[in-house]
Amino acid sequence: MSPRPGFVLEVDRSTPPVLFWHGESFSLERLPEGSRVIYAPEPLEALEDPRAKIRDALETPLGDSDPLRALLKPGMKLTICFDDISLPLPPMRSPDVRQLVIEEVLELAAQAGVDDVVLVAALALHRRMTEEELRHALGDRIYDAFAPNGLLTQHDAEDRDALIHLGETDLGEDVEINKRAATSDLLVYVNINLVAMDGGHKSVATGLASYKSLRHHHNPKTMTHSRSFMDAPASELHSANWRMGRLIKESGVKVFQIETTLNTDTFPSNFAFLQKREWEWSLRDRATFAASSSALSRTPSRVARKIFHSIRSPHAMTSVQAGEVEAVHAVTTRNVWEQQGVEVSGQSDVLTMGLPYICPYNVNSIMNPILVACLGLGYFFNLYRNKPLVREGGVLILNHPTPWEFHPAHHPSYIDFFEEVLTETKDPVEMHERFEESFATDPWYIHLYRTGHAYHGVHPFYMWYWCAHALEHLGRVIVVGGDPAAVRRLGFTPASSLQDAFEMAKDVVGFSPSVTHVHVPPILMADVS
Amino acid sequence: MKALLVERSLPRFAAARLAGAFASSKGAGLGPLRLADVDPPELPDGDDWFRLRPILSGICGSDLSTLGGRSSRYFDELVSFPFVPGHEVVATLEGPGYSADGRRLEDGSRVVVEPVLGCVARRVVPQCKACAAGDTGDCENVSVGHLRPGVQTGFCADTGGGWSTGGLVAHSSQIHPVPEELSDRDAVMIEPLACGIHAAMTAEVREGDTVAVVGAGTLGLVVTAALTHLAATGRVRRPSGLLLGARYAHQRRLGEELGATRALATEQLSRALRRRTASLALGAPQSSTLRLSGGADVVFDCVGTAESIEQCLSMTRPRGKVVLVGMPGKVRVDLAALWHREIELVGAYTYGTERLLISEETAKLSAVRTFELAIELSKSARAGRLVSATYPIERFEEAITHAGSAGRRGAVKIAFDPTERPTPTTSKKGMKR
Repeated sequence: MSPRPGFVLEVDRSTPPVLFWHGESFSLERLPEGSRVIYAPEPLEALEDPRAKIRDALETPLGDSDPLRALLKPGMKLTICFDDISLPLPPMRSPDVRQLVIEEVLELAAQAGVDDVVLVAALALHRRMTEEELRHALGDRIYDAFAPNGLLTQHDAEDRDALIHLGETDLGEDVEINKRAATSDLLVYVNINLVAMDGGHKSVATGLASYKSLRHHHNPKTMTHSRSFMDAPASELHSANWRMGRLIKESGVKVFQIETTLNTDTFPSNFAFLQKREWEWSLRDRATFAASSSALSRTPSRVARKIFHSIRSPHAMTSVQAGEVEAVHAVTTRNVWEQQGVEVSGQSDVLTMGLPYICPYNVNSIMNPILVACLGLGYFFNLYRNKPLVREGGVLILNHPTPWEFHPAHHPSYIDFFEEVLTETKDPVEMHERFEESFATDPWYIHLYRTGHAYHGVHPFYMWYWCAHALEHLGRVIVVGGDPAAVRRLGFTPASSLQDAFEMAKDVVGFSPSVTHVHVPPILMADVS
Repeated sequence: MKALLVERSLPRFAAARLAGAFASSKGAGLGPLRLADVDPPELPDGDDWFRLRPILSGICGSDLSTLGGRSSRYFDELVSFPFVPGHEVVATLEGPGYSADGRRLEDGSRVVVEPVLGCVARRVVPQCKACAAGDTGDCENVSVGHLRPGVQTGFCADTGGGWSTGGLVAHSSQIHPVPEELSDRDAVMIEPLACGIHAAMTAEVREGDTVAVVGAGTLGLVVTAALTHLAATGRVRRPSGLLLGARYAHQRRLGEELGATRALATEQLSRALRRRTASLALGAPQSSTLRLSGGADVVFDCVGTAESIEQCLSMTRPRGKVVLVGMPGKVRVDLAALWHREIELVGAYTYGTERLLISEETAKLSAVRTFELAIELSKSARAGRLVSATYPIERFEEAITHAGSAGRRGAVKIAFDPTERPTPTTSKKGMKR
């Protein structure tokens, strides 16, 4: 039986309560009659033999590209770059897709007699991965072969000697990327395309870039004019990356892009109910929900966090394509939409969503309030094509504990951003002008980014900029069950229950508002007509 | 008259210390303080001593340390028992008198007491160098002369103190008339404000310095107010920023109202200073107090504990200055940072005469009594708002407990109102807000 497509349920009297994530827990909530609940399509079937499909993709590239085998020559300089810890979510079971792909690439390189091979984790301004995380992504065999010899590196956007300025786009955007990658005879990029905005030219133009380059598109103006990030033609972020990617190509950097897509099989069997439609829950699902909810309610948040972050997703590969960047990405994007797309008719006054424990920037870490905002307003709000699920001036209701808590080693600049910037302004443009540079050039943050496991000093600004479109669009953001002080610091309104939140929303959108609940994860993309 | 009396009783000091170890100021009932009927202090011979009747008298951190048995043994020889505490005093003059600046004052005039008992008050001739220079807070003769030992009124067996209904005696050099426009609450804050001003002057802040204040009880707030006021009126050079570390929200609010550039939770202070001074932090970023490679030019320690001193040293730049305003006792402090970073650690005790900058070009200074500046500051800062509650002296246990937990209870300064009687109409607990 083929997997069922996404589904929009209209809530009526017989509809059971709907699952809402709440950080490291979840609850069942009743929605008003007439509300809509959007469910993701069921997971597409996994590729039967992923290794064989990868080999096929490398032999039969898309676009104007020779097969990888033909591009590999003895004596050449080969750099293999790969997506970092922010993908996929949750981290997938071993073997990770990156391991499968890179093992095949290395096999071909070895057959061709290529000796000069370096692996680069495309961090951009993200934190450096730990050995354990690298081993998980690449497998022990690759790690042990490369890391001890210094051939497994992590992109350092602050190492001036390791960057190269390739020029400026027609719009004056600096393109400065990893020198080793740019000066190699071949740059192989290994991607995991979790959502539609991943991949394409963004892989190299963002993943291997410096602050000098990133600031041209990671700014309030670009983010506000990306409607949404997931819809390439309507995304200024996409356009900027494409301009840069083309300049990279024109500069003579030869990129062989390998992109993969995953299905929406997000949670292991003991948490299978999380991705099922509630009326289809089996007795076992109900029992598991009841038992896990009850256990989590008694579990200290630190322990619960540890439990959830140990989840390894059963994500399976649904496609792999390789070759010229744009040709590859066109197919990848289609495949992503095939898995995640749901057609939705019209907008609503109120959009609700339960936020889970994880986002791209807190893997093995703490979901601090800024990341809560980013996940809700930056990511989930933007999971649309054409128009947002909520009307302009409407209300977004988030369900998350939003603790006033930060990981000091991973997010040191976030702590200061929360205290120094958000106490002064919530306006992305104002903070960009007044504060961004001092955070971006702060020597301590740079030191921690380069030598520890800290996100770059400017990163919390980017998280807030991701929210810029939603902040401009929405009439109010309400957070249910969050730390009231932290929620207020974000400029949002705290509510103690979903019902309270609906009452508060009426002040903005009037009585009897239309309500849409987006049932993520698993990730879905709403095609809103 | 009724007065609160402190007697030398080692068991009671020990009991207070023990109780204090479990809960701050629980020692009030067990400690050396008791309510007693006592004779008013004798007026010393001569025409330069006068009787005062207290209107309000504040409870200071040094009082709490003494009553809690936490004071340093250093002071053993500098006080005389039994004494009536209360050195933050606004009072009425009983009979005509004279003020420190030689003005004649009418009977019933409202005055504040500058409590230091220096050479003039003690009739020590010749005066010590400090007193001769007007720096009475540094008097070398606080245990000699015609009075028994006592660094200040409120610690001397001969003068009485503010925590009494009947009164105290004061030398004319200690008496300052209170301008009519100041309320009693404004006036009782003049003595703490003078401490703040003296500390601010001691710091010798340079133009553009980054200044931090650790602790935002009364001392932290008055230092903040003083530095802001003195800089705004051109008496000291203007710092580029004044960051206040405060444990409680109401302290942060008051701190910003009184002029702090930013008032932050205590644990955020080092992070904010690091940002402001573009310093690195040494060691792991997990620590709640970062050890900075640079840091503030001047840090005021308005707490006076081992932890606060170490915190100040960790956030002061090399060759910067830590001004110790809060009264420390015997503390165990790691001074490696002080040595390695060549930090100057300087005490700031009471007041006397300040040398104010009157000309940038000639660097000319003008000598002004600290209390004169404090009276001016009390008015401009509306300092009376820092007085959170007053108690009749009969309710001293509650008052001391309230003062000992002021921060937690949303308060700043607690004072005695000796004119108040503990009747049911006063308030539920004899406390006036």
